[in-house]
Amino acid sequence: MPKATTAGSLSTPAVSARLLWTALAVVALMLLVTYLVAFDQGAVSRSGMYLHELMHDGRHLLGVPCH
Amino acid sequence: MPLSTGPSAPTYGALLLRGLLAGLVAGLLAGLFAFTFGEPKVDAAIAVEEAASQAALPAESSAAQEEPLVSRDGQKGGLFLATGLYGIALGGIFATGYTLLRRRLRTPSDVRAAWSLAGAALLGIVGIPYVKYPPNPPAVGDPGTINQRTISYLAIVVIGLVAVWAAVVAQRTQPTEWRRGAAAVLGFVVVVVIGYALLPNINEVPSTFPPDLLWSFRLTSLGTQVVLWTVLGLAFGALVARTPAPRPETVAAA
Repeated sequence: MPKATTAGSLSTPAVSARLLWTALAVVALMLLVTYLVAFDQGAVSRSGMYLHELMHDGRHLLGVPCH
Repeated sequence: MPLSTGPSAPTYGALLLRGLLAGLVAGLLAGLFAFTFGEPKVDAAIAVEEAASQAALPAESSAAQEEPLVSRDGQKGGLFLATGLYGIALGGIFATGYTLLRRRLRTPSDVRAAWSLAGAALLGIVGIPYVKYPPNPPAVGDPGTINQRTISYLAIVVIGLVAVWAAVVAQRTQPTEWRRGAAAVLGFVVVVVIGYALLPNINEVPSTFPPDLLWSFRLTSLGTQVVLWTVLGLAFGALVARTPAPRPETVAAA
């Protein structure tokens, strides 16, 4: 188990291997959502271009490239 | 989730939950901003596009225009879905970054740690890409270059984050206050200049597109992203400041 070097003042758990793997999985999931919202051209979403078109204005206003 | 091993630290699960919540709030408020100030500009840009295509085509074929996949009203509602989901995703990544980096931030204040991370994200993920690849309204942009533009955009986001990291690393090598400041600026600028120079320039705005509309669209897009990251940082800071420790009885031992 990793040692806690500082008592309470720093508000995060100490970084363990398990935490790191969980964090990695979470970030991967979040990046998938980001991809679907901002970068998918209908390749991953099985709805064709529907999701792309639905979130089209958001893409432009969030500053990501769009066709 | 008992991931925590610190004596009174909240768990990653607790922080993640707060990040997702802060992200949802930030995304919806950014959506509200974009809806209020951005949608009129998107409408105007689409009107420009349609006027151009009408002029290019003979009159009879304009009647045969196919039904759009999503109506304009649908897209305006979809805006909130987009910014909400985007906010949630960024909130989750933000909370993860906070969990992993918090102990290296060298501030005793959790709120200040949240603010500085959000500020770094605003600078690296929004500011640096914005200058190199300013966002464009609909009717601007060649569909044939979308892959190249997407890769270049993602590259500049990474470079923006590296630049912020370089600034932090550089300033920590210096002993005095003014030298730390100068080193931070230097580290940041060197990475950004190299990144800007290496990545291709993209200029696809047609000369016929109204410049005042382009300018006001880009400003609204920047505003949307500033709202997103500002609210995310503030909301996460507020939620973290109120996060109860999972085992408060161990605090007394510290």
